[in-house]
Amino acid sequence: MTEQSQFNEMYGPDGAVRPGYAAFHEWIQTASRELIDSRKLEAEHFFRRIGITFNVYGDVQGAERLIPFDIIPRVLTTSEWDLLSRGLEQRTKALNAFIGDVYGAREIVRAGLVPEDLIFQNPAFQPEMVGVRPAGDIFVHIAGIDVVRVDAETFYVLEDNARTPSGVSYMLENREAMMRLLPDVFHQHRVLPVDDYPDALLATLRSVAPKTATRDPTVVLLTPGAFNSAYYEHSFLADKMGVELVEGSDLFVRGGIVYMRTTQGPRRVDVIYRRIDDEFLDPLAFNPTSLLGVPGLMSAYKAGNVTIANAVGTGVCDDKAIYSYMPEIVKFYLGEEPILKNVPTWRCREADSLKYVLANIDKLVVKEVNGSGGYGMLVGPHATREQCDAFRAKLRDSPAGFIAQPTLSLSTVPCFVESGVAPRHVDLRPFVLSGADRVRCVPGGLTRVAMKEGSLVVNSSQGGGTKDTWVVEV
Amino acid sequence: MLSRMADSLYWLSRYVERADNLARILDTAQRMAGLPSNYAGSTNEWESVISTAASTAAFSAQFDEVTRANVLHFIVGSQANPSSILSCIATARNNARSVRTAITSEMWETLNDAWNETRTADVRAMSPSDLSRFLAMVKEMSLRFDGAAYRTMLRTDHFWFQRLGTYIERADNMARLLDVKYHVLLPRQELVGGSLDYFQWASLLRSVNALTSFHWVYRESLQPWLVADFLILRSEQPRSLVSCYKEINEYLDQISDAYGRQGASQRRARATLARLGNANIDRIFQAGLHEFLEEFIADNNELGRNISQQYLS
Repeated sequence: MTEQSQFNEMYGPDGAVRPGYAAFHEWIQTASRELIDSRKLEAEHFFRRIGITFNVYGDVQGAERLIPFDIIPRVLTTSEWDLLSRGLEQRTKALNAFIGDVYGAREIVRAGLVPEDLIFQNPAFQPEMVGVRPAGDIFVHIAGIDVVRVDAETFYVLEDNARTPSGVSYMLENREAMMRLLPDVFHQHRVLPVDDYPDALLATLRSVAPKTATRDPTVVLLTPGAFNSAYYEHSFLADKMGVELVEGSDLFVRGGIVYMRTTQGPRRVDVIYRRIDDEFLDPLAFNPTSLLGVPGLMSAYKAGNVTIANAVGTGVCDDKAIYSYMPEIVKFYLGEEPILKNVPTWRCREADSLKYVLANIDKLVVKEVNGSGGYGMLVGPHATREQCDAFRAKLRDSPAGFIAQPTLSLSTVPCFVESGVAPRHVDLRPFVLSGADRVRCVPGGLTRVAMKEGSLVVNSSQGGGTKDTWVVEV
Repeated sequence: MLSRMADSLYWLSRYVERADNLARILDTAQRMAGLPSNYAGSTNEWESVISTAASTAAFSAQFDEVTRANVLHFIVGSQANPSSILSCIATARNNARSVRTAITSEMWETLNDAWNETRTADVRAMSPSDLSRFLAMVKEMSLRFDGAAYRTMLRTDHFWFQRLGTYIERADNMARLLDVKYHVLLPRQELVGGSLDYFQWASLLRSVNALTSFHWVYRESLQPWLVADFLILRSEQPRSLVSCYKEINEYLDQISDAYGRQGASQRRARATLARLGNANIDRIFQAGLHEFLEEFIADNNELGRNISQQYLS
C-alpha cells in the first residue's frame, strides 16, 4: 500500500478536481491560514457551547471531550449516493430477514449456508427471543452500515451495526456547523438536506407500534443516563423527535404493560427506542444486577404490548464472522445479487484460512469477531513484529474468535492538520431506518476521519474525527 | 411529563436562584465591609453572610475563623459546600443536562456557558474587582436564564415546575435574609435615624436590588418597618414574600387546572398567601418578626415537601 495508490476523493488519480469539490478546492487555495484557524476555533466553540461532547471511559481528565471536527466536507455526488442507498436498503432488508430467520424458522441454517454454531454460540444470540415476532417483522429498525471506498467506483461494506448504532447526532450537528461557519461556500452547492432524520426516525418508530397501542402511540427514548458517553445524542434525538427521554427508573411494568411515571400518574408506553444494551434491559431476564433496566420489560415485550427498537438479540448481525456470509445472506433472502461489496474475509475458524492468515499476518487486518470500537484489532502493516507474534498466538489459541481481511487502500479526503492541508483516511456510516411501512435513509451519513497520518482507525475512542458529508447535485 | 424531569426542572431553577441570591448577598457584604465602622456598625458582615446562607455549622466544621477569604472560599468556590455558588452552577447544569429535552437551547447555553466560564475560577486569588466581576457574571447568568425561560419555554407543565422552583427558593432566601437582619429592623430608640441603621437598611434593600424601588413606592426615607413591609407584604416588590406566593399560587393553579386535580400543595400555598394578605406590618412587629419569619420558612419548606410528594416522585 503506497501513498500514490490511495484514492483521494477531492483530487482523483490524475490530480484533477473531482465533481462536487470545485468550490472547496477554490476556497482552500484562497483562504488564509488565519481565516481557516478562526473557522476552526469557531467550530470548536460551537460544539463546546451546545455541549456535544462524549465521555471516554476510564479517562478522568477528559471527562467531557470534543470529537475533532474538520471543516472540509466529504462530498458524494447524487449518482454515487443513488447506488449506495440502493445497496444500503437491500442490505438492511437482508439483515432483517436474516435475524427474523435466526429467531424463527432457521431456514438459512437448514439450507447449510451459515454454520449453526456461528449463530447459537454467538454471545449476542438471545435464547429469550426465539419465536418472538416483533411488529411488522422488523428487528433492525436503525442500522449503521459502515462503508469504505477504494476508488471512484468501488464501495465496500466494512461492518454492519445492528445493535444500537450511534453517531447520528454528529451527522446533524456537523451540517449545522458547516452552514454557520461557511455559509457562502455551502450555498454554492445544492446539498441534499439531512435535517429530516428525526422525523424519519419518529415515523419509523411509530410505524412499529404494537397492535394493542392507540392510534397515537407513545414513543420514548431509553437512555442509561447523563453519564453515558453518548448521552448528548440521546437527549438530542429525544428533543428533536419530541419524545420523553426516560431512564430505567422512570418506567415500570404492571399487568404486562409498560408505563412511565409522570406528574399525572402512570402513562402507557408503546415503543421504546432503547440506547442501552440487551443485557441491561431487564434484570429479570438478563443481568440481574443491572440498575439501568426495567424489571418485567421482556415479558411485556414478548406479550406483544411494547416494541423495543432495535429488537433484542440483533447483535448477531454485528458479528464479523456472520458478516463474511452477507453476500450469501442477501442472495438467500432477496434472490438478488448484492449491490454493495463485502471485503474479502478469511474466517480463521476454517483451517485453510487460518494457515493463510498466520503466514501473511503482516499484510492483513485481523479483527475479533465480536469486537467493536476499534478495540482488539491488529493492522498488520502498521504493527511491530512483537504485536504480530502476539496475535499469531491468539489466533492459534482461539481461531474461531477472529477473521482477517486485506488492508484496503481506503480513500482519503483532505483535512486541515497542524502542517496544513493533508489527505486522511475516511469511512462513512449512513443510518438506515426500517419501519413496518418502508425503509428510510437520509442522504449522507457520518464521515469519520483517522486524524493521524496514515492511520486507518477512525473510531472516536481512538482519536478519530468527523466531517460533514455532502451529497450534492452536480 | 416524567416525574423525574419535573423534579430536575424544579431543582434546576432553585439552584440558579440560590446562586443569584448568594451573589447578591456577597456583593452587599463586600460593600458594607468597605465602609468605616461607624457607618457599617460592628457586626461582622461576613458572619451574616454565613448565617443567611444557613450554613453556620458546615462552615465552622471547615474553618476556625470568619474572614473574607474563608467566607469567599466557602460560599463561592467550595466543592464541599453543596450550596456554594460554583456547586449551585454545577448542580444546575447537571440537572439541565439530564433534562436537556425539557429546556430550550437558550436556557441550556446560558448554564453551560456559566459552567464553562466559572469551573476554573480561582476563588483564593480573587481581588475585590475580580470578585465583583465574578458576581456580576453570576447575576447575569440568572437574569439570562430567567429571561430565556420566560421568553422561550412552551407554557406547559415544564414551565410551571421550573417557575415553582424559582419562587419557592426566592421566598426562602428572602425570608432568611430578613431573619438574619431582623435585629437591624427592630426599632432601637437610641439609634433611630442614625447613619449606622441607615446603611444597614440600605444594604438589606440593595442586596435584593430594591433600594431605588423603595423610594418609588414609599416616597419617604428608610424606616425599618417600611423596609420589612416592602420585602414581606408589598406586591409591587417582585421579590417580596407576598409576590413569591402569588406566583407560586398561579403556577400551582395552572398545574391543577391542566391535570384536573388539586392537592395538598394547592391548599397550603393558598393558606400561606391568605395569611400574608391578611397581615399588616405593625401586628407582625408586635407578635415578633423573628417568629413570623421562622414560621414562614417552615411553611415554605413544607410546601416544597408537598410538591415533591404530589408531583415529583
